[in-house]
Amino acid sequence: MELTAVTTIRKPAPEVYAFWRDLENLPTFMAHLEAVRATGDRTSHWVAGAPFGQNVEWDAEIVDETPAEKIGWRSTGKADVPNAGTVRFVPAPDGVSTEVHVVLTYEIPGGTLGKAVAKYFGEEPHQQLDDDLRRLKQVLEAGEVVRSDGAPWGKRARAEFPQRPAQPLSDDELAKGADR
Amino acid sequence: MRANTWAGRNKVEVRDVPDPKILNSRDAIVRITSTAICGSDLHLVDGYVPTMQDGDVMGHEFMGEVIEVGPSVSAERLRVGDRVVVPFPIACGACAACAAELYSCCENSNPNAGIAEKMFGHPVAGIFGYSHLTGGFAGGQAQYARVPFADVGPLKIESELTDEQVLFLSDILPTGYMGAEMCDIRPTDVVAVWGAGPVGQFAMDSARVLGAAQVIAIDKEPYRLRMAAEAGHTPVNFEEVDVRSRLLELTGGRGPDKCIDAVGMEASHGSAHIHAYDRIKQAVRSETERPHALRQAILSCRSGGVVSVIGVYGGFLDKFPAGAWMNRSLTLRTGQCHVQRYMKPLLERIERGEFDPTRIITHTLPLDEAERGFEMFKNKQDNCEKVVLKP
Ligand SMILES: NC(=O)c1ccc[n+]([C@@H]2O[C@H](COP(=O)([O-])OP(=O)(O)OC[C@H]3O[C@@H](n4cnc5c(N)ncnc54)[C@H](O)[C@@H]3O)[C@@H](O)[C@H]2O)c1
Ligand SMILES: [Zn+2]
Ligand SMILES: [Zn+2]
Repeated sequence: MELTAVTTIRKPAPEVYAFWRDLENLPTFMAHLEAVRATGDRTSHWVAGAPFGQNVEWDAEIVDETPAEKIGWRSTGKADVPNAGTVRFVPAPDGVSTEVHVVLTYEIPGGTLGKAVAKYFGEEPHQQLDDDLRRLKQVLEAGEVVRSDGAPWGKRARAEFPQRPAQPLSDDELAKGADR
Repeated sequence: MRANTWAGRNKVEVRDVPDPKILNSRDAIVRITSTAICGSDLHLVDGYVPTMQDGDVMGHEFMGEVIEVGPSVSAERLRVGDRVVVPFPIACGACAACAAELYSCCENSNPNAGIAEKMFGHPVAGIFGYSHLTGGFAGGQAQYARVPFADVGPLKIESELTDEQVLFLSDILPTGYMGAEMCDIRPTDVVAVWGAGPVGQFAMDSARVLGAAQVIAIDKEPYRLRMAAEAGHTPVNFEEVDVRSRLLELTGGRGPDKCIDAVGMEASHGSAHIHAYDRIKQAVRSETERPHALRQAILSCRSGGVVSVIGVYGGFLDKFPAGAWMNRSLTLRTGQCHVQRYMKPLLERIERGEFDPTRIITHTLPLDEAERGFEMFKNKQDNCEKVVLKP
């Protein structure tokens, strides 16, 4: 499965590139990621969260890179869900913003894991990636992922529809946090 | 705290809900001293805006005192104790839309932007108390509210003006003003305003402040037309006269140079069967709007004129008079108000006495009587024009 998405962020390309290049930042805006840990200059270890099924982890390496312009990576070894991605950072015509063009590819396996991944992406799989890029934009332009009473847990907003009412959270709900 | 909540179609209910807390570092918590009921709230209660949920706290016109600020709100911008009016669109101040002062189209303030994009093609900003399509933010008909991006939106009130003088800077005064501003008014212009509700009244006052030669008020509620006439505008009752003929008569056959729709999707029609056509289509949800005012504005407007739409539309409408619009070189302009753009200059105009926003307030009730307030405002009882609630 190949997913593409694009957004424009009102920050210069080197800054957007630098944020993405620090791969440990990816889980702040990518809904399916729990954690990414750099294990070397070009290598990293990725952990996907519950929506992808439990315990989906893989190693990845950067295979293609031009600073401030492009990063390409792919999973290595025997990943449960082999995947690869590229992101290009293109200066926008306004002279201050950067277009972020992302392509992700997944080799969806058979069995329950494949089903869980397919379910996560749903009928319109690119939506997940669209939402990821919206959150990237929020983080870079506005400082963090925006939270509302109806969608208090940021990354899960769309999955939670219909949402909790637009009414302040109780102390209990807040304490429990996103992992109810 | 106590808060007025949506409880299903045609039902609001004041309930106990948790107090708001800081969720993002640029939030503030405001203790609300005054809040109001808006015509936009009626669209929610009447069930014409999708994605409302039982228990949603309503209200987007509010002001009060800052009682807590998040760690990223700088003290120069906002401190505990500040008295503020809060604009209804939630805006980050940093995206391209905000940089262009299109605050109600902020690209970052709506966590449900993906849903809004499906409806509207591109997403819209978060709005307080105005459905999950605009973010699912609890509103301000409550004792307290969480205000995101508190370093961008809230306007500090440092003078001795009363709540009643400044409260409407949160929405309807800027909205009426933007409606008039979009008309590019010249001193020779006759401006006709459909709707003599609170938004229409302020559009009329703004048209006059911006120099229109004459302002015409169109509605069917005699007391609302009287209120407009007392403010110096020319009333036209669409249930008593044919609007188009009356407008031609008032303008020497030219038609108004500029027309403002301050009615929106729930207009009624002088002709019963046309009203029924749209009412039925809207009821079975095959059309989402009853656009009589908009149609009439387009058909009445002088060739080359501007039709400025501040009444709210949510979906799709039938029988849009595209022929009149295209062949007669009309300009159609519209938007949810970019309130942040207008708050300071309008505060100054209030201070200079150019606007008296208090003239439309007919009822002041305790928050706990919000349900009665909605009832009166919606059904035009007791000459109700604008209800202010005190938490
Ligand atoms: N653009 C914005 O940012 C913004 C902000 C606030 C409110 N609004 C919208 O402005 C509109 C008016 O708000 P309000 O608070 O004044 O509401 P309101 O319901 O009090 O006023 C609407 C008025 O229009 C009159 N009306 C109905 N059908 C008509 C017709 N065919 N011709 C002329 N008048 C007609 C009604 O009698 C009523 O007096 C609503 O749609 C509201 O959602 C828009
Ligand atoms: Zn309003
Ligand atoms: Zn913005």
